[in-house]
Order: sequence, then C-alpha cells, then structure tokens
Amino acid sequence: MTRAPKAPLLWLDTLWLQVAGTLCNLRCTHCFISCAPDNHSHEMMSLDQVRGHVQEAARLGAREYYFTGGEPFMNRDLLAMIESTLHFGPISVLTNGLFFDAGTCAALRRLSDGSEYSLDLRVSLDGYGPDDNDPIRGAGTFRRALDGILRLNAAGINPVITVTEAAAGVGTGEGRARFLRRLRELGVDRPRLKVLPLWRLGAEALRTAGYLPGALLEEDGVTPEGLEKLQCASGRMVTSRGVYVCPLLIDVPGARMGATLDETLRPFVLSHGACVTCYVSGVTCRT
Amino acid sequence: MPDLRRAAFFGGIYGNAPALREAIRDARARGAEALHCLGDLGGFGPRPERVAPLLQEHAVAVVQGNYEDAVGNDRPDCQCGYTDPLDNQFARIAYDYTLRRTPADQKAWFRSLPASLRLTMGGRRLLLCHGSPRRQNEFLWESTSPEPFLGRLLRQAEADVVLCTHTGIPWSRTLPSGGQVVNVGVLGRPANDGRTTVSYALLTVEAPGLPLRVEQVPVAYDHEEVARDMRAEGLPEEFVGTILTGWWTTCLEILPARERARGRF
Repeated sequence: MTRAPKAPLLWLDTLWLQVAGTLCNLRCTHCFISCAPDNHSHEMMSLDQVRGHVQEAARLGAREYYFTGGEPFMNRDLLAMIESTLHFGPISVLTNGLFFDAGTCAALRRLSDGSEYSLDLRVSLDGYGPDDNDPIRGAGTFRRALDGILRLNAAGINPVITVTEAAAGVGTGEGRARFLRRLRELGVDRPRLKVLPLWRLGAEALRTAGYLPGALLEEDGVTPEGLEKLQCASGRMVTSRGVYVCPLLIDVPGARMGATLDETLRPFVLSHGACVTCYVSGVTCRT
Repeated sequence: MPDLRRAAFFGGIYGNAPALREAIRDARARGAEALHCLGDLGGFGPRPERVAPLLQEHAVAVVQGNYEDAVGNDRPDCQCGYTDPLDNQFARIAYDYTLRRTPADQKAWFRSLPASLRLTMGGRRLLLCHGSPRRQNEFLWESTSPEPFLGRLLRQAEADVVLCTHTGIPWSRTLPSGGQVVNVGVLGRPANDGRTTVSYALLTVEAPGLPLRVEQVPVAYDHEEVARDMRAEGLPEEFVGTILTGWWTTCLEILPARERARGRF
C-alpha cells in the first residue's frame, strides 16, 4: 500500500478566519461543517482573537484574509474585525446574504472606500431559483439573499455569487451561462460567479453520501505541481479552537495543527477524502 | 553591469507594435539610458510577429513572460493563470491566434529569454520579472498586494525594487522599509480606465539612498489603425472595443473587487 502524499506549505499567503464559528442562522443541508443555530463546535471569535491571528499572519507576510463561518454577520464585532483587518490586507467575507439591510450595506461601502485594499463579499446561492435553492438553504432564502445582493449593488458593491454544484449542471459551461443569464434577469447587472464542488463532509455526507474509507490520495498518484496548487500549500484556517489546515477539515481529527500560525508552518498529510475532491477538481475555496 | 540613472520598463506588448514603437521613441526622448520589456510580446493584438524584431532592433532587454514560455514551447494554452471559464474562453482565442502567427525563429528566441533580470539604479538592486519574483503567471494587483506581503517578496527576491507586469493595470508602492514594487502596466491595451492611451514606467534615481522616482508615462498611438488591423485579422470585436474605448470587455473575472468596480463592465 502506498503512503498518503504531503502538501508542502510553500508560504502563508491566505489566512482564513472562522469568525462566526459553526454558528449560522441557516441549517443548509449540504454544509460541509454542519453549521446551524445550535452548533457550538467552534464558537464565535472575539475581536482580540481575530486581531492577534491577523497580526501574526501579517508578520509572516500574508497576502489576503477570508472571513467565514457559520454566518459572519451574526458576529456583532464583524464590522470592527473588517476595519481592523483591512489595515493589513484585502478581505473576502463569505455570507448567506440575509443580513444586508441598507445600513449594513452603507457601512460596508464606507469600510471599502476607506481602505487601499479590496473588501470583497461572497454571497451563496444554491439553485437557479427558490425551487432548487430553498430546499437546501431554507424557505424564502433565495428571495432574501437576492434582495441582499441587490441592496449591495445599490450601495456600489458587487459581490461574487458562490454557487455549489448542488445547483444541477452549474459546473458545465451551459449551466454556468444559464446561471449568469438568470442573475441578469433578476436584476444583477454585472454578475460575478464562483462555482464550488460539493465536499462530502458534515451535513452533505448525510444528504448524499460520505467519502468511501479507501478512496484517498496516494503518493504515486500526485505530482508536485498538483500539490502546490492545493490551498493548504499556501494557507491556513483559524477558529476559536486553534489553527487548522484548511476551511474544510475543522471537524476532522488531526487537522488542528497548532495554537499559533507559527506552529503550523509545516507540510500536511493528505489522508482525508476531501483532499481527493480538492486535488481532482483543482478548486480552492479562494475566490 | 552599469548603474543606471534613468531607465524605461515596458509591460506586456500583446502584439501592439504601433504602441511599442511610440513608447521606444518616447522613452529615448525622455533620456532613458536603457529599455526593458517584462514579457508577453503577443496575445490580444494584430500581427504579433512584428514585435520581436522591434525589440531586437532597439536593444530592449526582455524578460520571458508566460506567453513566451507557452508560445516558445508550443504549450496547449497561454498559462495566463485565469481560473474563470469566461476569461479562459477569450484567452484561448488570443493564444491560438498568436501561436499560429509566431515564426519558428521567434519561438526559439522566446525559449532563450530569462525568467528574470537584475540591474542596479543608484546602487539599488532591481529585479525584473513578469508576474512576480516567485511565479511567472502570478497576478500582483494593487488592491490585493498588501505591504506585509510585498515586504516578504522583496526579502525573498533579495531586491530593493521589484518590477512586474502581467495584470494590465499599473501601480507602485513604496514600503516603510524603502523597498519598492512597481507594476509597470502594459503597452498592449488600455488599463480599463476609459482612456485609449497605454503606458510604461520610467524610473529615475533622485538621490543616493532614496526610493527611485516612478513615473507612469502615458503613450498615445494610432489606436484606430490597430483596431482596423484587428478587424482585418478577424480578432473578436470585444478586443477591438477595448482598444477603441479604453474599457476592458474580456478577462474581467480575474479582477479583484476594487479594480473591477473601477471599470465599465
């Protein structure tokens, strides 16, 4: 039997922060870390925790920051976290889009205008309309997220819309074009789109199927170039519980690599089913 | 290796020979002691085979871009580093056209080009590269290249000044350490700013120990002639529109939020 390959850490470019822990106002049926209103596996991060990790990352020369959860906008310190982090580099915030009232949109625009670095938002949809989105994300969420996107647009912010392959066919050229057409019909003038595969972890493993125990990467089935493209080759994820290899594996034993970033600047053994999805699809969670 | 006082740095030419010709004339007129090109001689524009002879005739020192690596080695795609299918669709058209139009002797020259060049200006150590010092096709955008990151790139490159291109939009940043990173823009197409001019970077030694003065020099050229040539060559109307209006219409998805918001599309 061959051994599992190791992903090198070439450099720390990307720091992910699980600012909302696993707490979310939704209970999406495909969530790879099963976020929900009552999932306290990872708690909300405090402003001080975020500052500490961002400062350490900046000392290591980090390039970019991603805020995720759970739902980041449930963290009442989120805007302060954004303001503080924008001093050190660009941020992308991954959100379900349900918290964008006019005041929040205006505050985000002010923060964006006040920084020399990009503030980007990513709003999730999982279908071409309520019929396929809402069974996954919850009743009424398509319309409410779309309203949020349109309010962001009105404030001069054009978010990236993230869609998973739970939306049938969206991974194909035709499906993608259809999704973009649909967004334009709904009033999003200049849609930006990122398509993600489904990682069969957490709730998604129950919705469809989990990874088979034997279906893993092997050393002789990978190339150095392929390994260097993995997001774990240039990034780490911090949560309230420490530093993990990536955003996908925060509930997986062995994926916590240390308490500080400095302790995690080493290769990671790719011994998980999700590693196959990343390697084979070539997709990273980055925009 | 001479220590220069004033030098010019051209980014991607993208087959735009008339813009290159004008930039060479302009840089000489401004007293540039040496001319450099940071790669991507073809792609986007018409009749790209005109570019290499111009560079050679005027002794422009050239760094290999991802286009020279791809075309020179007959690779299946341009290796631009786009991740979005829409970006790649137009990149494919430009690449197939350029690959077809490039003669074998130019391909051989492309293969021989260095991935980076070093020189000094006023005692400061410059590193010239295409994308970044660590990757030929890395995009260094202004809004996503923060100071701590650039500081790390400079330290690892053992340089005081890094010059790059690849993104198509010029910027420069001087770090608290005095280190400088300059994205010199491109001569091949406008910088998505609604102007039909293109630009290059002119660097000048102000005083020993001080950061170099960086000027982004606009270059006006006969862009209507280029547009006519592009149409005659059957290049996409989307490309022609960019030359005529100054707004990008393709390969937009790679742009960070800030740079995307500044454009029309």
